[in-house]
Formats: sequence, structure tokens, C-alpha cells
Amino acid sequence: MSETKMIHLTINHMPVEVPAGTRIIEAAQSIGIDIPHLCYHPDQSIKAHCRMCMVEVTGQRKLLAACSTLVWEGMEVVTDSKRVYDAQVGVLDLILADHRQDCLACARNNNCDLQNLCRRFNRLKPDLPDVSSQERPRLDNPSIVRDPSKCVKCGRCVKVCSEVQGIGALSFTGRSADCKVTTAFDLPMNETDCVLCGQCTLVCPVGALTEVDHTSHVRHALHDSNKHVVVQIAPSVRVALGDDFGLEPGALVTGKMVTALKMMGFEKVFDTNFTADLTIMEEGSELLERIQKGGRLPMITSCSPGWVNFMEKHHPELIGNLSTAKSPQGMFGAVLKTYYAQRMGWDPKDIFSVSVMPCTAKKFEATRPELGRDGYQDVDVVLTTRELAKLIRYEGLNPVNLPESDFDSPLGTGSGAGAIFGATGGVMEAALRTAYELYTKKELPRLEFEEVRGEVGGIKEATIDLDGTPLKVAVVNGLKNAEEVIRRIQSGEADYLFVEIMACPGGCIGGGGQPIGTNNEKRKARIKALYDLDKSLPLRKSHENPDIQTIYQEFFDHPLSHKAHELLHTEYFPRPKRYDFSPYIEKYRKFLPDSAKK
Amino acid sequence: MKPFAQKLNELTPELVALVDDVIARHNGDPTQLVGILLDLEAGVERHYIPEPAAYYLAERLSIPPTQVYDVISFYTALHDQPRAKYTLQVCDSAPCRVKDSDALCETLKRLLNLEVGEVTYDGRFSIEKVPCFGACDVSPAVRVNGVVYGHLDSEERIMDMLRQLD
Amino acid sequence: MSKTVSFITRNFGKYNPSSLASYEFIGGFTALRKALDMDGDAIAQLLADNGVQGRGGAAYDMGRKWSQARAVQAPHKCVVCNADEGEPGTFKDRELLSKDPFQLLEGMIIAGWAVGADNGYIYMREEYSHLRPQLLSAIEQCEKAGYLGENILGHEGFHYHIHLYSGAGAYVCGEGSALCESLEGHSGRPRMKPPFIKQCGAFHLPTCVNNVESLSLVPPLLLDKDGFYKSQGTPDCPGTKLISVCGNVKNPGVFEVPFGITLREIIYDLAGGIEDGHQLQLVQLGGASGRLASPAQLDTQYTYKGMKGADLTAIGSGAILVVDERTSVIGFLRMTQQFFSHESCGQCTPCREGNRHIARFLDKIAAGTHTEEDIKLMEKYANIMSTASMCGLGETAQSALLSAMKRFPEVFAVKKEVAVR
Repeated sequence: MSETKMIHLTINHMPVEVPAGTRIIEAAQSIGIDIPHLCYHPDQSIKAHCRMCMVEVTGQRKLLAACSTLVWEGMEVVTDSKRVYDAQVGVLDLILADHRQDCLACARNNNCDLQNLCRRFNRLKPDLPDVSSQERPRLDNPSIVRDPSKCVKCGRCVKVCSEVQGIGALSFTGRSADCKVTTAFDLPMNETDCVLCGQCTLVCPVGALTEVDHTSHVRHALHDSNKHVVVQIAPSVRVALGDDFGLEPGALVTGKMVTALKMMGFEKVFDTNFTADLTIMEEGSELLERIQKGGRLPMITSCSPGWVNFMEKHHPELIGNLSTAKSPQGMFGAVLKTYYAQRMGWDPKDIFSVSVMPCTAKKFEATRPELGRDGYQDVDVVLTTRELAKLIRYEGLNPVNLPESDFDSPLGTGSGAGAIFGATGGVMEAALRTAYELYTKKELPRLEFEEVRGEVGGIKEATIDLDGTPLKVAVVNGLKNAEEVIRRIQSGEADYLFVEIMACPGGCIGGGGQPIGTNNEKRKARIKALYDLDKSLPLRKSHENPDIQTIYQEFFDHPLSHKAHELLHTEYFPRPKRYDFSPYIEKYRKFLPDSAKK
Repeated sequence: MKPFAQKLNELTPELVALVDDVIARHNGDPTQLVGILLDLEAGVERHYIPEPAAYYLAERLSIPPTQVYDVISFYTALHDQPRAKYTLQVCDSAPCRVKDSDALCETLKRLLNLEVGEVTYDGRFSIEKVPCFGACDVSPAVRVNGVVYGHLDSEERIMDMLRQLD
Repeated sequence: MSKTVSFITRNFGKYNPSSLASYEFIGGFTALRKALDMDGDAIAQLLADNGVQGRGGAAYDMGRKWSQARAVQAPHKCVVCNADEGEPGTFKDRELLSKDPFQLLEGMIIAGWAVGADNGYIYMREEYSHLRPQLLSAIEQCEKAGYLGENILGHEGFHYHIHLYSGAGAYVCGEGSALCESLEGHSGRPRMKPPFIKQCGAFHLPTCVNNVESLSLVPPLLLDKDGFYKSQGTPDCPGTKLISVCGNVKNPGVFEVPFGITLREIIYDLAGGIEDGHQLQLVQLGGASGRLASPAQLDTQYTYKGMKGADLTAIGSGAILVVDERTSVIGFLRMTQQFFSHESCGQCTPCREGNRHIARFLDKIAAGTHTEEDIKLMEKYANIMSTASMCGLGETAQSALLSAMKRFPEVFAVKKEVAVR
């Protein structure tokens, strides 16, 4: 191993030793100094736009940006001189004057990087006139609200959209005071390449990009005595919610969260892990059927709605490759308003079905007409983890202090396989556990498939030995990586049979609806927490979940049955492009219905 | 005279042919986006980039439409709204301003009965204020579709310039 | 000392700029042949020996730039000719591009040879689109004649092509990294540094960016056997410089002058003096980003040191804008401010936000409604812009204002009744 050269410098007269290639802001962090910043984000490439982090370096005429300047031997950095203070407060004032300050009504109140800086600099109002944009918030899709009047032009959303997701739905446009972050031709997000994954809402330092808030819908429903208000909770929420209440990253708060929801008045609190197991039954069976009967391969997972949107918008040619199994949220909604409604003797129209998801794209998924019947949707409202935290705060609860409760039965039992759905590689591993035993009719010698456990922002390929039959698989998270895997598939470079794609880095635990402050370090802690949870459970295979066995006996008969197809499977549609390219570009001609082809 | 082209809201075969032609002239090279858009603008009668053309171009070059829109919005010489056949660009920078380009602009407005940014009813003329185009030795000056008309310090000279157009 | 000289402009009017044959007839491309017999270090040394500083505005030592570019190890490198002459009042590159395009190409080919590049890019501002056909044809003729292409003039392994790219109206693209962004088909927003463009510039290749004038200077320098260039100017600032004079003078235009000439000589002897019946009010040097000189500073020597010593912009783009009393100082500052409010790329906070606030302060001063507090704040934000901006644009956008506050303090004085309120 080559030795990294160490650099010696001082920051505010404190000697610091850091490896060469470190930037001032990180060197300062290593001795506990948090240099003010807005555009800097540990998971992103350096932008150096906001100029909040200007510091003084002895011998330099200009102030230097701490986020972009590499340390050098003998460097003397000062982060608190008058010159630095004046510049930082000056920049802060410039930003504030261009920021519509309705903090009390803002989704990010008390959780805002700009507000924190104001608190830190004791700055209530800038000494400059307000020049903020008069544009109103743009509520043009079910998932994400954009409020241009709050944007501080830090560019974090632009970076995450292009560098992590490879989409580039948002970009800087215009220049000088007209410079803003927006979509192509300023169109509503849903009409652009945006897949509503919400990663932009996660990195926005202020309230310029937020989830569409549905908490009031839920509160209204809870106040309506004619409704059976039922909630399902996704696997990854339980290891993330604690963040919003000051617990260490990856803290498991399942029981406390269930108590909070019951105290709020939800009639039944169920676990999406249950339908994650159901998804495995259907998807695993579908995979075996495709392999044995010569279906379209590779089969690709369909539980990440950001990925499904991406596929429909950018790769409609892959529609046949997607598993037709609904996502766990979709299956839960369908089971709730059919099987469970029948069991309870409830009219499905009286059920108000809420789901708590780590995801903004789930809000869109719930509005898909395919996911409902007889004039109602299977899931009425989707809350993100952040909105759940908001509701809990409204109730005046702190889950940290609550006792633990169990999920209600029978839709509340999930296996370890269902739990790891929240982590990249989890769906693959869960499916393999079941597929192996269904295919070989033998018991798995070893439950853990370490080789498919993904890395945050990575692509993982493996060949699984199904008792002599090799099964080539790939696991990927982040849509830019997904694009690369698609390239490998389409170029013939790879011949996978099964591919798991999650839109967000790290899978659902890093989803766009998770608590603000989610970064790759926290993602890793949450992944570990889910695998630890799996290990601690007595039940670790979906097909051994007794409630799953019961629902097949009582209702669905067997995986891929007629009824299962009707309720647990769905279909996908190519999204029309803004302009009809089909007469001019061959690629688009292929997807036309036969009647329209010339 | 045929009626003047309005804003193009559809991807027509003519527009596609124009875009294809411009792309071919630039060897389909997406790094030449700025040059491609300039050529495209020159080829559209009202000297702007119609939205459908921008989308088609993005598709052809395999770049996100946001990049095309960003570039159009960033550069002064690119436009996403229809302009005039003859856009009179008056230099608005100090070298021309100290030579009273304000009076030149006022005269143009009066002669054409037009405000800055407006287009005449027949789509033939509009007035734009632009930064220095390097004709400071003949200031005050106007640039029309790439051609510079200098020393426009009297009404006669301005009238002369207008007569030369079309 | 003669007032004008002919060194870089020596071919002006001597040949047909659209014909390679006529350029060859007057001795064109002999400098290239000579360069091909030298190694790159010797060429860089020649530039250093002549004390050539880059003509783009930053005045970087050109010999050093070339030897640094040469030292970078990479399979591909590129040379970029910055023909985005965007500083208002600057039009000297326009003259070089229109009257002697082959000299520029020759200089670029020599640059390619010296630094070991395989591609050259001319980034020319859209405002000069009328010069495109002539320049494109010049490149084509050079390709045909073997001055460009593979194994140039029989030099095994020296492959070099020149491409002409167009800007589209963005002053900020004169900044090296913004120019690289624009070359790649993006908006011209300057990049974060490091990496510096000499390591990772256009198309992520090591890039050597030079101004039109810098590159055009190379062929005559290589042929300057008797040291004419070095004999011009002053001992610590030898050579000649192309300047463009405009504004309220009788005879605006482009002049090649020896360094060391005074501003007075430039304005009164070369440019014919102030228009009849008017008096000099101020001079702006180096374009909109330049500081303002008061009439008291007219005897300053036009050298890098002389200008710096007088607290003026050190040469910069070579623009000299002369303004008479018909334009007020504040009125002039507002014109300059309007330019920057339009041209800021909007990426970094100080420049995006600072410009619009300072524009408002200037409006208030023009209306006479400003207070002492306004003046203080204006100065504060002008200083923040120059010290905290990301690139040279924001850094220099307030040069004019800050220098005016020093040289014309009376125009910022607060009207009494307002101050009391």
C-alpha cells in the first residue's frame, strides 16, 4: 500500500495533520470546526458556488473558498477574522435578500440550513432590500413542490439529478439575477424527464424543493368517524425515522413508531413487510416461470416507483422485462381493500388507506389508475418518513419515550426477507431465498447471500448456484448506474437472468422521502440496521411466513393464480414524449401500436 | 407576401429537416451545441429556437433537453421566443452610450413606432439592446443579422440604414 | 520615441487575407518552418526572453505558460485561442482576425508544436460572425497546403488540426474555464478550481489558452532577428501593444504602440484629442472591468508597472475608453454596472446578488436620494464581490466603482437634507 503524504497546517492556530488532497473544510471538520456552508455536500462533487465558506489564508490576497481549496504544507487558515466574518455575513445577507422568508409556513422550518446559519450569525434580517422572486410555489405533480422564491441556487439538486440519477431534469438556466434552477422550458416536473424520486428534496438546504404535504388529508381522515383509517409502514422507515428525533443513524424504532401511530388513532397499523413477502412469492414464482417457460429475460424488479417511472419514460423497450408483480405498497393496498375488507366485513369505500414510505415517487405510484378498482384507489394517501415525523410532532409525541407495540395481525407479520427490501440487494436476496427453495425443493444451506448485498451507489454482479444451475444476477442502485446496467444488457455484454434496480442510492433506506440530512454515511448505517434486524428474526424466508401461507390458502390459492394476477400484478405503459418523434426516429416507431405504423 | 410565420408549436417535417441538416453540418457532435443552435436560429425565419426543435435536437444528440434550454437561456445570441426578421441590435455598452446611442435608440423607436423588445405587426422589425459588439470605432452602431451599421448619429443615416434592409 | 509602430500589424494591408498564396508571397509560414527546427522549450524561452506577457487581461508570463503546458504529460493536449474579445471598447482582436488571419493560424500551429498539442480551437465571439467565412476558408487552405493535418511539413508525428467554435454572446466566456464549458456545448459558467485548465480544460484535456494577440505575436517574434521587439518600449516593459481607443475622441481606432507611451500621447496624438468643444472627464482602461483614470493621471506611462503604480488596471485588454463631460461619472458607472448585471453568469452568490444591489445603490445616487449608510453598504458589497467571487468577472466587476470612489469622491456626496432625515 502506498503511503499517503500527510500535510501539516494550522487552522485558527491549531495544528492539523491531514492527508494530501484534503480540502480546508474537511480539515477543519477533523478538529471540530464547522465552517459555514450551503452548497457543499459531503456526497457531491465540489461546486464552490455559495461562497459562504470563505476563509482567510495567510499570504493570500483574496479570501479562499474552504470547500474547494486543497490544503498545502504550512498553510495557515483563519476562519474567524473580521475579514472572514464580514464576508460571510455579507454573503449570508445577499442570499437572504433573495430568499422569500416565510419561515413559519415553510416545510423546512426548524430544519433549514439557511435558518441555522442565520441563528449562528444572529441575523434576523439582511441590511439589503428584499429582491426575492415573486413566483408562487409550483404544485404540478403528486410528489414534489418547487418553490423558486426560496431557492438559494446552491446547485445541490442539479448535481444529484445529473450525477447520481443521470437524468438532469433540473438545471441552472439563465444568468445573473435571472439565474434559476428549473426544468427544460420551465415545464411542470411530471412533463419532463423527472422520475419524481425526490433525491432533490433530500439535498435541498432550504424549502425550495419539498415533498407534497399530505399530512392534513390524513388528519381529516383520522377525524372522520365513518372511516376505517389503516396504515402500512415500509421496511426502511423504521431505521430512518429515529434520525428526526435525534437518535443515532440506523436506530430501529419499529415498536415505538407503531405505538405512536396507534395513539394517533389509526384503527390498524400494518407492516408493508408482509406484502414484501407476498411480492417475493409472486415475483420469485414469476422468475422461475420465465426461466422455465422461456419468458422475457432478464426479469427486472418493479418495486421502486422511481425506477418504474424512469423505465416508462426513458426505456419503454424494457416494459416486457419488468416483473408484473406490483410493489409491496401496491399489493398491500389491493389486499387491504379486498381480502381484508371481506374478512372484516368493511365496505372498501369506507377504508382510508395510508402508507408511510421513504419515497416521493410512491405518492405518484398511488395515483396510478391501474392500482385501484371500482372507482377507488388502493392507497389513498402516501406519507413520507418526513411527514410521519411531522404528524408525530403535531401529536406532541416523542417516539423516543414511547413504549413498544406490535403490528396488528394478520397483515402485520413480515419475515426478515421482507425487512431487507429496504436495502439495496435486499429484494434480490429475499427472492433468492425463496426461489432457491421453490426451485430445488431443498433447504438453503446458507441464508445470507452476501454477494448480492449492494453498495451505496454501486453495481454488483454475481452468479448464484441454484444447486447446480447458475443464476446470473445484478443489483444496482441509483439511476445513473441503472443506465449502465441497461447498456450492458442491451449491448449483450451481460446475460443476467434477474436484475434488481432501485432508483435511490442505497435503496429505499436512502429514498427521497427520508429525513433531511440523509447522506451516504447514514445510508450505510441503515443498511446495516436492516440486515441486523433480519438476522435477529426467527422468520427469515418469505414463503415460511405463516400469514402468507394463510392468505394463499384462504384467498389467492397459489402464486400467479388467476386471482393473484388480477390483484397482485399490474402493467406498465410507455410515457408519451412531449413531441411525437415516431415519424422521424426509428426507435420511437417500434413502440407505436400496429395500426399507427405506416 | 406570404403571411409571416408565427410561433412554431409542432414538430413539422420542415423543422425536422432543418435540424437534421444543421446537425449534419456539425457532424452530429454534441459539443458543438452552441454553434448548432446559432445555425438553427439563423435558419428559422423569426430567428429563434422553437421548443419542438429543441426537444428533437436533444433527442438526436442524446443530451437532456434541460441542457439545450439552459444554453438557450444563458447566451444572449440565442432565443426561445420568436423575434423579427430584422432585429435591430443597439449597442447598450458604455463605448456607444457615451456617443449617445440612447438618442439612436429613441430615433429607431420613433421611426418604427416600436418599444424595445416588441416586434412590428408584420414581424419584420424589432429593437433589442445588446452589450458591446466591438464596433466602438464606428459608434453609435446597430447590428442586424450579423451586419454592423456604424456612425448612426443622425436621422438621415438611420433612415439610410433602414432602407438598406429588405 | 515614435508614437506608433508596426510589428504585430506589419502585414496589415500587405496581403489579401483570404488568400494563403498571398500570405506565403509576403513570407508567411517562414516562422513556422523556423519553429519546427527548434524545440518547444527554446520557443518558450524566446517568449520569456522577450518578456512577453499574455494579452488576455491576466498578463500571465507567456513563456512560462507554454513551458508549463509543455511539461504536462498527456497523450492529448489542446491549444485554445481566446477570440471572445468581450470587454466593451476592445476591438483589436477584430483587426487581427480580419486583416491577418493567417498570422494567427501560424501562431496557433507554432503553439501546438511548442506545447505538444494535437488540436487547436479558436473560440470566436458570435459578434464577429461576419469574420467566420474568411477564417474557415483560411483553415481549409492551410489544411490543403499541409500546414495543418498529419505530419505537418513533413515532421513525422506532428499532427495538428484547428477548429473554429463560436460563442453566442456571453462576456463570461472570456474566462478560461467558462470558455472550456462553452466549447463542450454547455453554458459558460466558470468551473471550480482546482483542477486548473492547464491540467484539465477543454474536453478534460490539458489546455493552453492564449489570446488572439498573444498568438499573433509569435510569428513576428520568431523572425525578429535584430531584436526590434525588445528595442521597443521601456527596459522593464519591452515591446509593443495593440490598443483600441474609443469614446469621445476625434479619431477612434486600433493602434500599435510601444510600451511606455503616455495616456496623454495616446489620447491627444494618436486619437486626435477630445471632440471639439468638450473636456476630458475620465478614461476607463481595459474595458468594463477596468479602473477609471482621472484627467490628472494622463501622464502615466502605459506599461504594466506604470499603470499598476498609478493604481490603474494594468493594460488588461488594451481598451482605452475616453469620456467627456457630457456623461456624468455616476451615469458612466451605471452603464458599466448595467453591463455586469447583464453579464454575470449568476453562479456564485456575491456576483449574482451583488451586482443587482449595487445597481440599486447607483440608481439612488443618480436620483440624489442616497444616504451615508447606502454609500457604506455599496462599498462593503463591492469589496465582498471583489474578494469572494468565484472568478475574475465578479472580482473585477466593481473596479470602476471602487476606483471612482477614490478619484471622484465628490460625486458620491450625500445631499444634506437627505442625510438629516
